Amino acid sequence: MKELTLDDLRSLMRLSAGEDESIDLDGDIIDTTFKDLAYDSLAVLEMASRLERDWGVIVPDEVAATLETPRAVLDYVNERAAVN
Amino acid sequence: MTTAPVITGIGVIAPTGLGAEAHWSATLSGTRAIDTIRRFESGYYPVRVAGEARNFVATGNVPGRLIPQTDHWTHMALVATDMALADAGVDPSALPEYEMGVVTASSAGGVEFGQREIQELWSKGPRHVGAYQSIAWFYAATTGQISIRYGMRGPCGVVVAEQAGALESLAQARRVLEDGARLVVSGGTEAPFSPYGLTCQISNGLMSTQGDPALAYRPFDTGANGYVAGEGGAILIVEDAASARARGAEKVYGVIAGHAATFDPAPATGRPPALRRAVELALAEAGLAPGDVDVVFADAAGTPELDRAEAEVIAAVFGAHGVPVTAPKTMTGRLYAGGPSLDVATALLAMRDSVLPPTVGVAELVPDYEIDLVRDEPRPCRVRSALIIARGYGGFNAALVLRAPNSTATGGDR
Repeated sequence: MKELTLDDLRSLMRLSAGEDESIDLDGDIIDTTFKDLAYDSLAVLEMASRLERDWGVIVPDEVAATLETPRAVLDYVNERAAVN
Repeated sequence: MTTAPVITGIGVIAPTGLGAEAHWSATLSGTRAIDTIRRFESGYYPVRVAGEARNFVATGNVPGRLIPQTDHWTHMALVATDMALADAGVDPSALPEYEMGVVTASSAGGVEFGQREIQELWSKGPRHVGAYQSIAWFYAATTGQISIRYGMRGPCGVVVAEQAGALESLAQARRVLEDGARLVVSGGTEAPFSPYGLTCQISNGLMSTQGDPALAYRPFDTGANGYVAGEGGAILIVEDAASARARGAEKVYGVIAGHAATFDPAPATGRPPALRRAVELALAEAGLAPGDVDVVFADAAGTPELDRAEAEVIAAVFGAHGVPVTAPKTMTGRLYAGGPSLDVATALLAMRDSVLPPTVGVAELVPDYEIDLVRDEPRPCRVRSALIIARGYGGFNAALVLRAPNSTATGGDR
């Protein structure tokens, strides 16, 4: 399965919850927390549900809540995609 | 005693225009903004015309994050709130957050958003329903988003009373001010045009199926054949008069001097509708005699039975042809929860400029309706007080009395 890249995640984040004019998602965000990116818990849930739909990786709601940065999401998804 | 609340800011998103001044100038010139529905393919529906706020664009005007998270109805309210706060000269960050409230009205909620998610559900499955469905569709969504966006953490709520809702939101705003708030964002918007939304409305049997926009909505006319719906509305900034003075508010459009709400008896009882009582109670609370009222903004339901009931109430309270009556909503259609707040905005502008906006499309007034309907052309008239009437499907009646800020009458202080 294709690896989930940061750019994939960026476009998924935009689709999930839109883009805040004050935050540059194209910047160096890989270790920025979703909280600092103004993605609240609902936005992260929406992102997790799109990951399942579009990338076939199930991210349970309780796990989604523990994935605090884009890097954590990429690692979680790509580890599981590699196993599949 | 609390001083009567005042309206200090107006924001309008309407078929007639974006912003209070654009709406007002189109309204005075009698521009009908009703046309064939374009928001979706409406050709197969029995109702095909509507008042759409076509110039409204969310992108660039609504915060980017909120566009996918909220319905078109919330988008319009957020932009109207921006306009109203700017008009009032209010910087919410400079006021105590717990002393600012939000009370809006809604009738359809986020029906277009909800339809989209229901379609995802039935066509693709539950995992395709977006997380934001949980917060976007429901009636209080707009109030909540305004509260979050402007940091208004005082009393908040939503009123659901179909077309009567926006007058009730102003009445609730007044209660909130009496309880100690200094400012309330009030009024409402509506976005009723998706196939599902329209289908729900058609079931009331009161909508016009006339496909010609010029003939579709003719309240009080011998050819009255139902109403046309519209989208948009108005957001109004309501303040305690003393607080508005204290912050140096530069303009006061008018005073909320009286209000009453009544509910019709069940049809089987044979008792008459309760509209007249709402009008009389609102006037009594404002301390005004019928002769003191300079204009009535009619509910103008557009069906013969409802038009007759309203015309008879107006004639009974004010005397035959006793007061100018107008229905500028003939240019926009009925905006449900957004409608009466747009009427309030229009009435305040009529007060400011001493001119009554016209009713359009009425070619032949029903001969025994004893009302002085302002038709086709604006009518110069000093407006010291105005009565707004609104009826909501299912038996809601509401009446609101506005008084000019410089008027010497004392009504409204409680």
